[in-house]
Amino acid sequence: MRLPEGVRHTWAVAAKDLLVEFRSRTGIVSAAVFVVLVLMVFNFGRDPTAVSNLVLAPTILWVTFTFAAIIALNRAFQLELENQALDGLLLSPIGRGSIYLGKLIANLVFVAIVEVIGVPLVALFFNVEVWQNIGPLAGIIALATLGFVAVGTLFSAMTVRTRFAELLLPVVLLPFMILPLMWATMATTAIFGGRPLSEIGGWLKMLAGYDIVFVIVALLLFPATVNE
Amino acid sequence: MLLAEQLHHRFGSVRALDGISFSMRPGQTLAIFGPNGAGKTTLLRVLAGLIRPHQGRAHVEGGRRAIGWIGHQAQLYNQLTVRENLRFWASLYDVAPPAELLTRLGLEEHADRPVRALSRGLVQRVAIARALVHNPAVLLLDEPFTGLDRTAAETLGRLLAQHAAAGRATVLVTHNVEEGTGLATEVAFMRAGRFVHFGPRAGRGAQQVSEEYRNAIA
Repeated sequence: MRLPEGVRHTWAVAAKDLLVEFRSRTGIVSAAVFVVLVLMVFNFGRDPTAVSNLVLAPTILWVTFTFAAIIALNRAFQLELENQALDGLLLSPIGRGSIYLGKLIANLVFVAIVEVIGVPLVALFFNVEVWQNIGPLAGIIALATLGFVAVGTLFSAMTVRTRFAELLLPVVLLPFMILPLMWATMATTAIFGGRPLSEIGGWLKMLAGYDIVFVIVALLLFPATVNE
Repeated sequence: MLLAEQLHHRFGSVRALDGISFSMRPGQTLAIFGPNGAGKTTLLRVLAGLIRPHQGRAHVEGGRRAIGWIGHQAQLYNQLTVRENLRFWASLYDVAPPAELLTRLGLEEHADRPVRALSRGLVQRVAIARALVHNPAVLLLDEPFTGLDRTAAETLGRLLAQHAAAGRATVLVTHNVEEGTGLATEVAFMRAGRFVHFGPRAGRGAQQVSEEYRNAIA
């Protein structure tokens, strides 16, 4: 069975990005090393008697994921500028939406890899119960990540042709990350604290709402950001 | 097949295109010559739909699917092999990369090497293969001979002649009057965003065209 055109093109862009990244390993290795180092610094730089692990761990987890994601997102459109490949993509008959969704999928995979490395380290360094609640935690991480990567992919396309793209991306992206990060941190705190799952239902719904709104908005705005 | 009507485009106070109009029929090859900053690349980008002109319109029959493009850069991914690059670009046009393209451009022995490991000339050959991968009806070429050795330049010349013989159109921007004239059925001289000459080559040789070009842009 032949997949619909939009799905084929989206997958072609995503598969190409993943292949390029796994060959070069520039973004993914930088982000993974960053996660390990930040968590180690937080682990050794804190006073365990001042703030409890339960309060500290979710915050550190999400701050670390945020900045690691920005490292990965900075690469998303950078590789299209190497030989002006972006011109070829824009000139091809594929929809701009397919380019955006392909990039989004690839970015989600990169960030997910970084998160898979980060979660066990948080469990190890901060002695919080992760494995017992891995399902709900994975749900929170997936929903929050989709939201900020959706916005980040759009902003990555907007900023890539500017002079200080690597500085500009966090400046424009971070304000949009406040809400999903806040909801994700509160939900993660509840999970680590062994609160009943019913308590995080509201946060998950808000994260899902954010995802729906921002994926649609990003899809609508993306063509305007890449057209000259 | 290709139509440009009163194209105007500015970059700040600089007029890159100042009322360019022309049309092309199947089988025609237009060579555009002009000094740096004449607006040649902007014209190609407008024709390709990569830049929206401030005034006027450009139309290519068949839309984006019908256009093959070689720009200043190769539009290839350095980490991917030649074969992977061609497969990727072909997939965007829902075609399989023609196997004979690698042979015709002398790339078969380099097919599984990453683009970053190739010389400038080989990269340019891959860029040509990428532009031809979907058998486009209209080719837009910006300095396509850059970096090519004599053999590769001759191969490109043959490919473009075959392209024209198959009833397809080519717009070629180059500084190389000799190579450009050899392929052209139409010749244009461009200066300050305008065509100061546009017409059929009408059997004129490279030397004569070169002389006329020097006089026209002086």
